[in-house]
Amino acid sequence: MNGKPIVSIISAGMSKFQKHEGLLAREIFTLAVQEAFARCPKLEPKRDIKAMFIGHMGEAYEHQGHMGAILADWTGLLGIPATRCEAACGSSGAALRTGIYAVMSGLADVVMVGGVEKMTHRTTTEVTEYLAMASDYPFEQYHGITFPGIYALMATRHMHDYGTKEEHFAMAAVKNHYHASLNPKAHMQKEITVETVLNSRYVAWPLKLYDCSIVTDGASCVILTKPELAVKYTDNPVYIVGSGQASGSIGLYERKSFTSILSTKIAAKAAYEMAQLSPQEVDLAEVHDCFTSAELVAYEDLGFCKPGESGKLLENNQTCLGGCIPVNVSGGLKAKGHPVGATGTAQAYEMYLQLTGQAERRQVKDAKIGLTHNVGGSGATAAVHIYRSAQ
Amino acid sequence: MSTQEPFSIEQFYKLLSQNKLMAGKCLKCGKSHLPPRPLCDNCYGTQFGWVQILNEGKLLTYTVIHIAPTQFQGLTPYTIGILQLADGLQLPGVIQDVPIEQLKIGMTLKVDFSTCGTSQNWPQWPRYCLKPYEELCSV
Repeated sequence: MNGKPIVSIISAGMSKFQKHEGLLAREIFTLAVQEAFARCPKLEPKRDIKAMFIGHMGEAYEHQGHMGAILADWTGLLGIPATRCEAACGSSGAALRTGIYAVMSGLADVVMVGGVEKMTHRTTTEVTEYLAMASDYPFEQYHGITFPGIYALMATRHMHDYGTKEEHFAMAAVKNHYHASLNPKAHMQKEITVETVLNSRYVAWPLKLYDCSIVTDGASCVILTKPELAVKYTDNPVYIVGSGQASGSIGLYERKSFTSILSTKIAAKAAYEMAQLSPQEVDLAEVHDCFTSAELVAYEDLGFCKPGESGKLLENNQTCLGGCIPVNVSGGLKAKGHPVGATGTAQAYEMYLQLTGQAERRQVKDAKIGLTHNVGGSGATAAVHIYRSAQ
Repeated sequence: MSTQEPFSIEQFYKLLSQNKLMAGKCLKCGKSHLPPRPLCDNCYGTQFGWVQILNEGKLLTYTVIHIAPTQFQGLTPYTIGILQLADGLQLPGVIQDVPIEQLKIGMTLKVDFSTCGTSQNWPQWPRYCLKPYEELCSV
């Protein structure tokens, strides 16, 4: 692809991430879509949008599958092909990749890609069980290994191999809560301290409550088209210049390394190569911080630092707004919230705002190149996308 | 052992209930699989032999679960670890009889085959656990 745009994002929308009392997923999704339509007056949805790919993780939350067709209906697009993409917490990252396939194939000139999850009406126990379905059943879930437990197994080994401390994980939480306080659509709006994190109760040692991302309700979407068609719709598109998606073994126990996620590395390599960019050229990133420790591992797997040096990056504030590579300026999964199926395209939404200069108080100055990193399960899926400002 | 038995997860657990930790070995490329699988992911071989794996290994990593699913809530806090076995194989499981403060990466543990009660519903697999090496030897 030689670094050329593969698709253009001509609009994007996101609901506020919060407890949407009394609203079903299909209704929350309309909030994201209304924003995307309003941002792009030249788009005539019923005329232009030819396909829809929806990230949605769990039938269990609402006892509802078949979310693709439902959302086509509730967004006034009934008749177009609409398909749900499921890759656990990486569902809408995979939907984005699928939307790119559709546009690049020539089968659909304009595509809506989005995601949604409604979670907060369920008890913590129920949510824990539904999320665990993203892990291996016969050898993980069956033996009482929870989802935080799997990430904790990785965190323990990272601490052992590299001397990473629980304080480093806490720093990622503090940073992301600070960023969320600048994002009116984030679930969490208040800053916290390292002590808040360290004093919170253990969920799966060494991970504590404040190391975990926020269970929330939310939806997000982006509208894609061919790069050459973008001018028809907007004079301020964002280009996707690199895309990589990879699969990895479902069970953590089947992997050679617990301090790195191989699927992330494969997806990142593919995306960097397609974009003809290096990690050092990325101005900002939204990474999959389902747990704080996952953010540290992501820095290393995405090439923002060497293996084992992620803690230092946080100590030196390099991934905070104003640092050399701001990460999760939206608040991340940690503090913006993690409505699992919506997360991948919510990251793309943030890149759309940042690279069109519309991110207001959390705007990364002179942002030209952005990266998103969405993971399903503990790394059985990873999707990495690289974006370039059209300016 | 007969090669007629299916190389499957269900069969792995059946053999486990006979106190045998068995892996499948691809007869074409020699890759060992734990759990066994019916199609070798390395060479697409479909012929396998059973290999008994020594039920001891080194602890690669661990965690202590404090928030558990319904079924395991009575056990909290409980410890989970991943064991490094022979042939590059690895197995996760609940660690029993090791005080949390004595857990250490690199310590030797054994796969213990004593089973919890099996449920009426699928799956009726025995739950193995990981236990200290010394205690088992003295039994």
